[in-house]
Amino acid sequence: MFKYLKQLTSLVAMVAVLFTFTTESMAAKKSKTLKNTQKKGFVRCGVSQGLPGFSNADAAGNWTGVDVDVCRAVAAAVLGDANKVKFTPLSAKERFTALTSGEIDILSRNTTWTLSRDADIGLTFVGVNFYDGQGFMVRKSSGITSTSQFKNGISACTNIGTTTELNMRDFFNSRGISYEPVAFEKADEVVAAYDAGRCDTYTTDKSGLAAQRTKMKNPDEHIVLPETISKEPLGPVVRQGDAVWEDIVRWSLNTMIEAEEYGITSANADSMKTSDNPQIKRLVGAEGEMGAAFGLDNEWNLRIIKQVGNYGESYKRNIADTGILPDRGPNELWTKGGILYVPPSR
Amino acid sequence: MTVIAVVLVFGFFTYNAQVNMENRGIDFGFGFLSQESSFDVQFSLIEYDGSHSYFRAYLVGLLNTILVSVIGIVFATILGVIVGIARLSPNYLINKFAAFYVEFFRNIPLLLQIFFWYFAALRALPLPQDAEAMFGISFLTIKGWYVPAFIWQNFDIFFYSLAAAIISIIIIRVRAKKLQETQGKQTPVLLISIGLILILPLLSFLVGGVRLSFEVPVLKQLATTSFIYDGGVSLPPELIALALSLSLYTATFIAECVRAGIQGVGKGQKEAAASIGLTPNQVLKLVVMPQALRIIIPPTTNQYLNLTKNSSLAAAIAYPDLVLVFAGTALMQTGKAIEIVSITMFTYLSLSISISLFMNWYNNKIAIKEK
Repeated sequence: MFKYLKQLTSLVAMVAVLFTFTTESMAAKKSKTLKNTQKKGFVRCGVSQGLPGFSNADAAGNWTGVDVDVCRAVAAAVLGDANKVKFTPLSAKERFTALTSGEIDILSRNTTWTLSRDADIGLTFVGVNFYDGQGFMVRKSSGITSTSQFKNGISACTNIGTTTELNMRDFFNSRGISYEPVAFEKADEVVAAYDAGRCDTYTTDKSGLAAQRTKMKNPDEHIVLPETISKEPLGPVVRQGDAVWEDIVRWSLNTMIEAEEYGITSANADSMKTSDNPQIKRLVGAEGEMGAAFGLDNEWNLRIIKQVGNYGESYKRNIADTGILPDRGPNELWTKGGILYVPPSR
Repeated sequence: MTVIAVVLVFGFFTYNAQVNMENRGIDFGFGFLSQESSFDVQFSLIEYDGSHSYFRAYLVGLLNTILVSVIGIVFATILGVIVGIARLSPNYLINKFAAFYVEFFRNIPLLLQIFFWYFAALRALPLPQDAEAMFGISFLTIKGWYVPAFIWQNFDIFFYSLAAAIISIIIIRVRAKKLQETQGKQTPVLLISIGLILILPLLSFLVGGVRLSFEVPVLKQLATTSFIYDGGVSLPPELIALALSLSLYTATFIAECVRAGIQGVGKGQKEAAASIGLTPNQVLKLVVMPQALRIIIPPTTNQYLNLTKNSSLAAAIAYPDLVLVFAGTALMQTGKAIEIVSITMFTYLSLSISISLFMNWYNNKIAIKEK
């Protein structure tokens, strides 16, 4: 009797194992990160330690910025609520380790897309939400109006662990100028040291310079030089190895940009469901099965547009209206002379 | 049993890390150390720029860590001994002032003190063009402390004369000790030593053809309101602020060790020494200090270790130490987190163990040897 019981239990166990395997393989399509996110009820998002316009927390702890909006868009798509995001402020040095170790699921922290980062360290860049370039800030009183006036012995304040340090070397080296790099771990200390007069120039991405200028004692005393010394395409990053999650983040960002292209805003999104244009209908979930491939429902993109807004709304709210960079420059749609161009949702 | 447990735990962690890294497509290896680093460092004791390897960058960081630790240890010890003795002073003012210093500086977190000295210094120091010359040759400015550089001719002759002076002093000391032990004669060792260390190098200047000249820093204009000093040697304000805060902080703990050591020597010892006719100086040198040192050395070793490890807070104020250069920039540029963090941990461990071993050796040397 016992003999049969033993065999029976092992049979039951085997069936149970098989069953979990089959359900697992169906759910696996939904991606492990997506499953964990839905189980937890919030998106884990890594942001900066405070960069106005990109990711910055107010006194009440509410995060705003164009980088923050990418994470909010993903939360709206997969959880139905743009506020269900847990933000983790990270230094430039910590950010990639936090992502690869699984502490966060999206890194949306003004991070430059480069070959070595994409290929080497277990990361995948999903797109570009801000086209930037490295520049220099100097004191107006110095009389410097162009980088061609830089002389041997100039001291430059910057952050460690960024592409900035490498570009700076390339720039000064190629011009044969000797310089003193003063590299801090946190942006606030860089600003404080430059503001006190420790350095002649402060170098980082131009958007960062414009944003940090607002933190200076006397913003009007400083100017950003016209030259741009590098390409800095900034965008959200995910861990390598979860293709579905990667697609969700990529298309959440694409949806925001494409929505602007077709004139869909948070205010008119609902009424666009009855539009005559099938491309607009697809963007608000009224045509096709655009969410099924991600394991999401059909209105995931409608929720992004309604709760977060399109890219133009996000830019205006965070960067233009705050006076950081009123001119969109390259970050204008391709139809309006910029270089924002995303593949179509269809 | 314990060994098996340790091996299993470590084995599990290694295996776990391996599996996770494989899943995420990260490979493990130290090959990156020979690659070109392509970033520059502000301040370096050896020749370095971005065209050197990551290993060279590691050495730059390590040497900078050692530099600030050595400066910190020297100044903390000098200040600590002075304050420790001052706390035992019968003079009310000196005594209370020393006590106030100890309580104030040891009760404020070190990171805050570092920020305070750095940003206070930056606010207080003049711009290069406004700086007043110190003795006409040295300038303390917001961009650093510019001092004249030494330019030597025939430096090797000077070096040999100095070495000869030091060796002969050691020989004289040994002989003087023997003389005292066998014949009871006292030799004025200190006077002879000072004389030797002054006269021999001086001779090398007079007859050895050694020449020393100074390169004084000169103001140079970069732009309308932007100046630096050219020539000479520049000590960056980051190094000064870090060394200052580390010394001031650690000196409080060393002062307490010194006080404990001196008070740990029985009163009867001093009275007995005085009663056999030793002068107060001799009492301190021959009776109190040898016994006090035995109490002072072990806890002071701890303070030296703390200072060395605390120097890693340098990253906050841009002093390019091991943590900022190697566990910071190099880690970021290569993404080799596990490799670089292990190397850094192992380096600090080795530094600490070396200090410990040296101090243990010294402690054994001065310990009472039961005969």
